[in-house]
Amino acid sequence: MAISKCEVEHVAKLARLKFSAEEIEEFTVQLSKILDYVNKLNELDTENVEPTAHIVPIHNVFREDEVKPSMDREKILINASYTENGCFKVPKIIE
Amino acid sequence: MKYEAVIGLEVHAELLTESKIFCGCSTKFGSEPNTQVCPVCLGLPGTLPVLNKKVVEYAVRAGLALNCTIANFSKMDRKNYFYPDLPKAYQISQYDLPLCSNGYLEIEIDGQTKKIGIKRIHIEEDAGKLLHENTDGSLVDYNRAGVPLIEIVSEPDISTPEEAYQYLTKLKSILEYTEVSDCKMQEGSLRVDTNVSIRPVGSKELGTKIELKNLNSFKAVQKALEYEIKRQIKVLEESGTIIQETRRWNESKGITEPMRTKEEAHDYRYFPEPDLVPIVVTEEWKEEIRQSLPEMPHHKRERFISEYGLPEYDAKIITSSKKMADFFEKCVAEYYSPKTVSNWLMGEFSRLLNETGKEIDEVPVTPQMLVKLLKLIDNGVISGSIAKTVFEEMFGTGKEPEVIVEEKGLKQIANENELREIIKKVIDENPKSVEDYKNGKEKAMGFLVGQVMKATKGKANPQLTNQILKEELSK
Amino acid sequence: MELYSLTIHQLKEFLHKKEVSVLEVTRAYLERIKEVEPQIDALITITEEFALQRAKEADEKIKNGEAKDLTGIPVIIKDNISTEGIRTTCSSKMLENYVPPYNATVVERLLEEGAVILGKSNLDEFAMGSSTENSAFKTTKNPWDLSRVPGGSSGGSAAAVAADEAAFALGSDTGGSIRQPASLCGVVGMKPTYGLVSRYGLVAFASSLDQIGPFTKDVTDCAIVLNTIIGHDPMDSTSLKIDKPDYTSYLKEDIKGLKIGVAKEFFSTGIEKGVKETVQKAIKVFEDLGADIIDISIPYLEYALPAYYIIASAEASSNLARYDGIRYGHIAKNYEDLIDMYMTGRSEGFGKEVKRRIMLGTYALSSGYYDAYYKKALKVRTLIKNDFERAFEKCDVIVGPTSPTVAFKIGERTNDPLAMYLADIYTVSVNIAGLPGISLPCGLSDGLPVGLQVIGKHFDEGRIINVAYAFEQANKFNAKPQAIGGAR
Ligand SMILES: [Zn+2]
Repeated sequence: MAISKCEVEHVAKLARLKFSAEEIEEFTVQLSKILDYVNKLNELDTENVEPTAHIVPIHNVFREDEVKPSMDREKILINASYTENGCFKVPKIIE
Repeated sequence: MKYEAVIGLEVHAELLTESKIFCGCSTKFGSEPNTQVCPVCLGLPGTLPVLNKKVVEYAVRAGLALNCTIANFSKMDRKNYFYPDLPKAYQISQYDLPLCSNGYLEIEIDGQTKKIGIKRIHIEEDAGKLLHENTDGSLVDYNRAGVPLIEIVSEPDISTPEEAYQYLTKLKSILEYTEVSDCKMQEGSLRVDTNVSIRPVGSKELGTKIELKNLNSFKAVQKALEYEIKRQIKVLEESGTIIQETRRWNESKGITEPMRTKEEAHDYRYFPEPDLVPIVVTEEWKEEIRQSLPEMPHHKRERFISEYGLPEYDAKIITSSKKMADFFEKCVAEYYSPKTVSNWLMGEFSRLLNETGKEIDEVPVTPQMLVKLLKLIDNGVISGSIAKTVFEEMFGTGKEPEVIVEEKGLKQIANENELREIIKKVIDENPKSVEDYKNGKEKAMGFLVGQVMKATKGKANPQLTNQILKEELSK
Repeated sequence: MELYSLTIHQLKEFLHKKEVSVLEVTRAYLERIKEVEPQIDALITITEEFALQRAKEADEKIKNGEAKDLTGIPVIIKDNISTEGIRTTCSSKMLENYVPPYNATVVERLLEEGAVILGKSNLDEFAMGSSTENSAFKTTKNPWDLSRVPGGSSGGSAAAVAADEAAFALGSDTGGSIRQPASLCGVVGMKPTYGLVSRYGLVAFASSLDQIGPFTKDVTDCAIVLNTIIGHDPMDSTSLKIDKPDYTSYLKEDIKGLKIGVAKEFFSTGIEKGVKETVQKAIKVFEDLGADIIDISIPYLEYALPAYYIIASAEASSNLARYDGIRYGHIAKNYEDLIDMYMTGRSEGFGKEVKRRIMLGTYALSSGYYDAYYKKALKVRTLIKNDFERAFEKCDVIVGPTSPTVAFKIGERTNDPLAMYLADIYTVSVNIAGLPGISLPCGLSDGLPVGLQVIGKHFDEGRIINVAYAFEQANKFNAKPQAIGGAR
């Protein structure tokens, strides 16, 4: 296996996903297969190759520092399940 | 064994741009919740960021003022973590290629100059704000989400809490001078995190690092560090071990306490932000920004000495805050005596600012008002001591000095006949002192003047009082 | 000849000559949708009222002589493109009730021209898939054979155009999501150069690969739609400032002397015999038209797919992290604390494939694995980009198959993610290198359409259109999907 059950559980937590025990098993098998496949990349020597993060070589795209109207609060809140006093509401957080 | 501390400081400063870092929403502080929000800063599906050019310029400005190397090639990265105040569940920040690095600032400790290294300055977006007033849940306001920040990370060159305090004071002054941030801690536009470890003097190895949070003022940073260093030394001396953790400064108890640690170690999974293209700061652009840099504190100090004839001590204090220096210059533009202005700024004004914990631009007294007050003294309308009372009132209410003088009837008694009547009465009531004076006891004169002031509630014109008293006593 | 079977340029002529009104055209399409939708299931939302309203406005425009190319032309938009006031679900339970408060830039551009939006089309959830079977709501069927998939992820848009439910449609292409379903449904589909069309409002899957493009009934229509949707957008930092060409000026039959590259690597992995033969016949057509056929090689092509899965999944894991139910989207009803709210809500809202990719992407970015996976993939991206650059020193365009197979059976690959991923084997490299590519029908194999892919240099869409048009004119594709009723 390219990835262990334990790692799958850790990654799930990092990604904020919850799985049943069976799903973890299933993912371990599937992800291992996919990783075995992508490990094909290791056949290549890329020691002296620069990574390409942006395919189009442009830089310095900016906007000017100008204030534009914000959106009506009603429109901002309309898709939220829980709101109160013009805010989004979440479970009580103790900091 | 003797121990030394190794202190690191991370300062977040909100930049003074009009609009947010990636959208056109206003950055104004204190508006109604979620009224400065749009699809972009709310991270609605499909929206994209576009970088505010001013943010880059301000960060470069700060970098130049802090003697940093400005990166020719820089890029934005995503820092991934989940929290309700972070709309996209990633913060757009900079990871391996910050805009500025390898700078320093100088502090003075016991008359000695010490260089503190600045490791890096990078740009990033602020998160929203969680409000905890409710009992059954927390509320989220995203007005602050997307406000531009710079994070300034020091090298671990700071070895005492006093140095940390000096570093922060100097840093704040520079950020204010460069006009990149208003540095208001109470509005959260300047935030400080610090970490500290201790090691035996002479040791090269670093001890276990403790991070400190909830530091609401520079004094708090200093006190928390003092406490924490003592605590760590005690732990080691009792043969204990220091556990790596985040501790919170409890201001009222004056101690640091362990914070409930987040349930897992962070793994931010940084990677290059695909929605933003790299930033290239050319030599030309850098020079342009350098040219736009305002006068720095030490230049201003020298100019204040040569241009206004201020003593070095005064010049140093007045220029330690840009706001104070600006206030000073506005006053002297309309008033003939710079030294008088500086006396007032360093004296009465600073005393009240310290007492109230406010900044000079947060109180209602304007340079014009102070000048008016000084002119009232010059014109003999009020005395210097009454002026202090008037100033206190101005400071508290924002009323014009002449209005206060009028309302409270604080005008000097400069009418000779009126004053002579009062003085005669004082002489009649104090035969003993009159006799002492006539017997050559000069002190008695002072007492009599005091009695006149008491009788007039301080409103008697001092010169006139002296003159009439002498006349009456020699009769 | 029914109204709904016309191309954009044919409809445009009728409309501008006022032989038919936009309202009539719109009603004809809405009727057509009602007729075939029960079989095809291409649409998630039908915006009948909005369409009729827009139709009336378009008729006004035409009356006032303000008509533009797309005035009154019915269009269907993939449901991962933001439409103000119209539900935009990404075919996910997560966004089942999400109604965006803003329009994507492409939608703004279509509305400005007076196009009539008929509805939003089905897709693989968040555009992750190659068959449209990963939709949380319905499985779209291929109009050529209802037991087969339309391809994906823009399967709804491809099937809708193939079944005459709209004159054209918009889709998005991250690894082949326009070209592959276009190929499987026998229509024209183009993925423009990365940066040519604004991504603002396209719900991000993999930001460095995503690009919006059109599905049309012929190459001429593709040029017309492209004219409208391209161009710099100040809201998208990666959208380029280029002079806007008129793509219709490239609709020429002459390709004499043009150098057409053919790479053997495009005919290797898992290609069906029928597909291979049909595409080889197509290459012969180019030869007959006087083009020079040049052998080229893309040595690293076989590494494009694994690199793609790392890059796309990594970016997706970050792009899809925002779905926590707080501001929009599905939220858990029962949970213990904040973290549980995230975990429960996200697990309920996302489907299997989406979770699989989030897991893969999170893993590839996580501490200790970044260099081995993500950075490695970005380096391989450089190698593939270089391959294409070298190839384009020898030729003007590259042609080959779009998909190694014709439309496969529904359910055939759902249990084998890797088999499904192989459907994109010939398309992902184009996204990896940011190049433009078109798929156009070039024949049938076992009665199912085969797509020909034409790949060009960066921002060389004009040349692609020229090549595709020349082929189309020389090799008319007159076959119609027979699985559904109604004449075309
Ligand atoms: Zn905004």
